[in-house]
Amino acid sequence: MTINPDLQGRSYPAKEVYDVGREKIREFARAVKATHPAHFDVEAARALGHSDLVAPPTFAIIVAQRADAQLIEDPDAGIDFSRVVHADQRFIHHRPIVAGDRLVAELHVDGVRAMGGGAMITTRQEIFALPAGASAATADGREPVATATSSILVRGEGQ
Amino acid sequence: MTPTLSDLAVGQDIGSRSIDVTRTDLVKYAGASGDFNPIHWNEAFATGVGLPGVIAHGMFTMGSAVQLVSDWAGDPAAVVDFQTRFTKPVPVSDTTGTADAGAVVEVSGAIGAIDADKGTARVDLTVTCAGQKVLMKAQAVVRLA
Repeated sequence: MTINPDLQGRSYPAKEVYDVGREKIREFARAVKATHPAHFDVEAARALGHSDLVAPPTFAIIVAQRADAQLIEDPDAGIDFSRVVHADQRFIHHRPIVAGDRLVAELHVDGVRAMGGGAMITTRQEIFALPAGASAATADGREPVATATSSILVRGEGQ
Repeated sequence: MTPTLSDLAVGQDIGSRSIDVTRTDLVKYAGASGDFNPIHWNEAFATGVGLPGVIAHGMFTMGSAVQLVSDWAGDPAAVVDFQTRFTKPVPVSDTTGTADAGAVVEVSGAIGAIDADKGTARVDLTVTCAGQKVLMKAQAVVRLA
């Protein structure tokens, strides 16, 4: 299977809304062994000036990887998930993610580079918070929350 | 006490942390993150694709390493930019039924740069397992008063 070079520049619009819940923040924080009270105790988060529990700095990976799945599962992309290795990751936070946020992610394919028999694919997920009651496709009034970028290496045969 | 930008100097140590990792931790991370790639929980599958055994999610290592920075800064929301490259896998032995760790990840941090205009400091993290660097260019930019 070969990677489709025409993927570069492709975008996938925001598809589904991710509702950030308090218990999910606590569960994710425990899973990365975070102990800061702002992840667990609403009063502690409010004392720091946040409206609700604060998500750990890598929490956005949940939303980012859901968006990435659109590309990986796109039959036109030619990506074999069992040969995917995560090469790098970055999160730029425009504002903290807090419980109660309704998030959507737009996926952009920024780079496709052949490497041996495989390819390095760089994707960017622009994550926004929707106003109350808005649907996933709403662009009006949504607030930029985070920009996630990642590179995945799709290993070729024998790599 | 919360650090302030004016008190920091490049090269200053922010501390260190040792993280015990078990196979159970990887199952918990898989569930919490939604990343169910079997290389993180199934030995036969992992060795079948040429790995030494079950390895930790890169995002588990990245996510657990940053807590040193969150705790030092006094607010996890102070981390406004966080990036890394994944250079070496973290193999996690099966120690199920014992009190032993399957791997130990060592994290330490130092101030790499200060940007007074932006009100930020960059913390450079050194993250190793069994003496090998597993993350490269692990940098967290923190907004401080």
